[in-house]
Amino acid sequence: MHRLNKIKVLIIIWGMLISGSAFSQDIIVVCPDCKVSSIKQAIEKAKSGDEIVVKNGVYKETGIRIEKKLSIYGENFPEIDGQNLNQEIISVAHDSVTISGFVVKNVGVSYIDDLAAIKVYEHKGCVIENNKIQNAFFGIYLNHSNNCVIRNNEVIGEAVAEMSSGNAIHLWYARDILIEGNLAKNHRDGIYLEFVENSKVSDNVSEGNLRYGLHFMFSNHNTYSGNTFQNNGAGVAVMFSRFITMTKNKFYKNWGTSSYGLLLKEIFDGEITNNYFEENTVGIYAEGSNRMKIENNDFKSNGWAMKILGSCMDNTFTGNNFFFNTFDITTNARTFESNKISRNYWSEYTGYDLDKDGIGDQPYRPVKVFSFVITRVPASIILLRSLFIDMLNFAEKVMPVMTPSTLMDEQPLMKPADRSAF
Amino acid sequence: MIQINNLHKSFGKLDVLRGLELTIDSGKTVAILGPNGSGKTTMIKSILGLVIPQKGEILVNGNSVKNNWTYREEISYLPQIARFPENLKVKELIKMVQDLRKTLSDPEPLISLFGLEKFLDKSLRTLSGGTRQKVNVVLAFMFDSPIIIMDEPTVGLDPIAMIKLKKLIKEEQAKGKTILITTHIMSVVEELVEEIIYILEGKIYFRKSLAELNGTVKKIGLEGVIAEILEEV
Amino acid sequence: MIKILKYSIYDLGRSHWTFIYFGFYLLIAGTLLFLGGDVLKAIISLMNIILILIPLISTIFGIMYFYNSRDFIELLVAQPVKRSSIFLGQYLGLSLALSVSFLLGMGIPFLFYGLKDSGQFMNFLSLILTGSFLTFIFTAVAFLIGLFNENKIKGFGLAILFWLFMAVIYDGLFLLSLLMLEAYPIEKLALGMTVFNPIDLSRIFIMLKLDISALMGYTGAIFQDFFGTATGLTITILALGLWVFIPVYGLKLKGNAKDF
Repeated sequence: MHRLNKIKVLIIIWGMLISGSAFSQDIIVVCPDCKVSSIKQAIEKAKSGDEIVVKNGVYKETGIRIEKKLSIYGENFPEIDGQNLNQEIISVAHDSVTISGFVVKNVGVSYIDDLAAIKVYEHKGCVIENNKIQNAFFGIYLNHSNNCVIRNNEVIGEAVAEMSSGNAIHLWYARDILIEGNLAKNHRDGIYLEFVENSKVSDNVSEGNLRYGLHFMFSNHNTYSGNTFQNNGAGVAVMFSRFITMTKNKFYKNWGTSSYGLLLKEIFDGEITNNYFEENTVGIYAEGSNRMKIENNDFKSNGWAMKILGSCMDNTFTGNNFFFNTFDITTNARTFESNKISRNYWSEYTGYDLDKDGIGDQPYRPVKVFSFVITRVPASIILLRSLFIDMLNFAEKVMPVMTPSTLMDEQPLMKPADRSAF
Repeated sequence: MIQINNLHKSFGKLDVLRGLELTIDSGKTVAILGPNGSGKTTMIKSILGLVIPQKGEILVNGNSVKNNWTYREEISYLPQIARFPENLKVKELIKMVQDLRKTLSDPEPLISLFGLEKFLDKSLRTLSGGTRQKVNVVLAFMFDSPIIIMDEPTVGLDPIAMIKLKKLIKEEQAKGKTILITTHIMSVVEELVEEIIYILEGKIYFRKSLAELNGTVKKIGLEGVIAEILEEV
Repeated sequence: MIKILKYSIYDLGRSHWTFIYFGFYLLIAGTLLFLGGDVLKAIISLMNIILILIPLISTIFGIMYFYNSRDFIELLVAQPVKRSSIFLGQYLGLSLALSVSFLLGMGIPFLFYGLKDSGQFMNFLSLILTGSFLTFIFTAVAFLIGLFNENKIKGFGLAILFWLFMAVIYDGLFLLSLLMLEAYPIEKLALGMTVFNPIDLSRIFIMLKLDISALMGYTGAIFQDFFGTATGLTITILALGLWVFIPVYGLKLKGNAKDF
């Protein structure tokens, strides 16, 4: 009985789909020598639900406004050149618009409007994929829009200064968005999310951006995974957000006097797992971060693997590998009791394991006395790598006096945690 | 000619030379005698510019030695203990000293005199004390300097070498050189020297020609003479 | 002086120690490069070694060589040679022998590894430059200590103490003064204090050239502003130069007044 009903429903839906498309969908072809030689013209002619195919060529058009349900495809990457006229090139103001396969370039800088190459205004179901956006002020911009997909785009800017540049992918009040497989390069922020919920940022590459590779503000219940952040002013900043899951991302070479791989500020209940941090000035910088799970990450050759300020509570650090960082952990806290550090691997650990259970018999104290001194008197960093400091660190290791006595890994791993599954 | 006027030298609190006055004429051979610590070596070193006196003047052939180094071209010096840059070979050392001085030199006869040919390619570190002293003698006598200063020249030499050295000194005397010797070995003094200068507590205590002492020396020996003179005080 | 220099280099050229010293750098630089496989990292590791070892070895060699060549010096002062030439010649001989051993010991593995294409040439150069300066500085100070102290044990002890002071104790006092004055803007003070210790000066000079400067935050930025400019570079080299000149000048003065 049940089964029969299900099949009936399926047949009805299928029938509706076939009749619908056969009934109303037209394809409009645009090329420089065709009857329809501009995209604007094609949009004018089209009715809701139509498809527009744009052939290869250069289209000097800007201010293209889409107020119908349309799918617009580029063939062999036709170029839409905004000629730096300081206008939005493509504005979407309808549900379910698809834009795919274009080169969109030269938006022009504005200090008043957030001009974008492709901007979606207050609608849902958009798909923006396989586009190459070049020299845009903002690249792809979603304003109060939901259920969209931004996939496999290359957004490459020419940002020089933070003041006069926009973000590659910018979301402002959005939910249920998938941002996947994009390259965001040379903008202010690679990917910027403000008031965004239930969205996923995965497998993107964000590099060479002036400020952040990925930037969350006031955005809850989001996941980002499998992304690579490198050579940005800072890798990822997560601020004033809750329930953010961060996994399997790579943070490389976010290197500079105020750089870090991952900045956490006022965030709660997040998960940071299976990430890889290499050669960042600071791997994770956390301020007012609570109830975070920081597990199974690798920190290699960073200046500071983690800077955890005293305002951070109830965090767990476990299963992480720390390889050859100048400092493993720094804190300005006198006590570190509410945070739990255990079963991590520390390359500087020199203890032994008599009972051969893989866990060192002495605790490891990841905070060097020198890093403690630095947080008190920053100018003393000038003594970094001097023999005196090495001796001081050694003495403190043997007889801890200054460093918080509760900050230690009582069960340090003897061998790095296995990542073959990762 | 060597002329010393009112020479003072102290090492810390220890006054070694206290207003020493001395003139040695050219062509004379003089022995500087005196007990240990009387200031013999200090005086010699002052002449050579090795020790810088606090007060007084030294003239070598009329030139003041103060802040001067060229006058040392005229002096050959045989120091008390012969030690050299350890890694150099004997040959190289001789070459080096020749190189440092502008005057002509002729080491060959001296080398064969002391039988040093087989050591020429040895480095100095491997030589015995006696052989080193022989090298030292070669270095001092290979130049034809008008003044020769020797500080305990016979130390470490075997009797045969000692005889050879004495012969050398006599040859130099014959050339009319001015020669200064400090020694504790009276036979050397008796054999070579015309005049004895006895230094005590930083001053010339007495100065007598050997001819003057000759009669007494024959009776009681040179040591006896000196002891006698000292007792007269 | 050239003659003295020639002979002292000749003498050192025979010494096993010169070759051991050369071999040591060859081994360390070679191992770090070929096992580590990264020019920049090798330079950073070498920096740590160089900043401690060059002063130590130069001090020890300096004082030992000075005492060992006392007889040589005595032989020379009796010769018609200017006194200051003797000391300067000997000093230059040792400093040059040590820095050339260092230069070759480091240079050969780096050249073989492909320094030219690594983009680290300037960093390597600053490493060599400071290393050579440190050699000249600590040899000069060791000579001076030797010249002032007849007693070998005392001279040796003082020389080691000088090294210990510059390598360790000074930084302890440095840190202490920074901690005591933490309420004040102390970057300028810190800048001033580095100038008085050639090891600190060299360390910071190299570190600011290397990427490590990013670790140094605001302080690093201030130091970078100073050392990064042409003025800073000039002052650094001038300060290191003074560190050579002052003991060498002392060597000349004391040498002229010394009794043998």
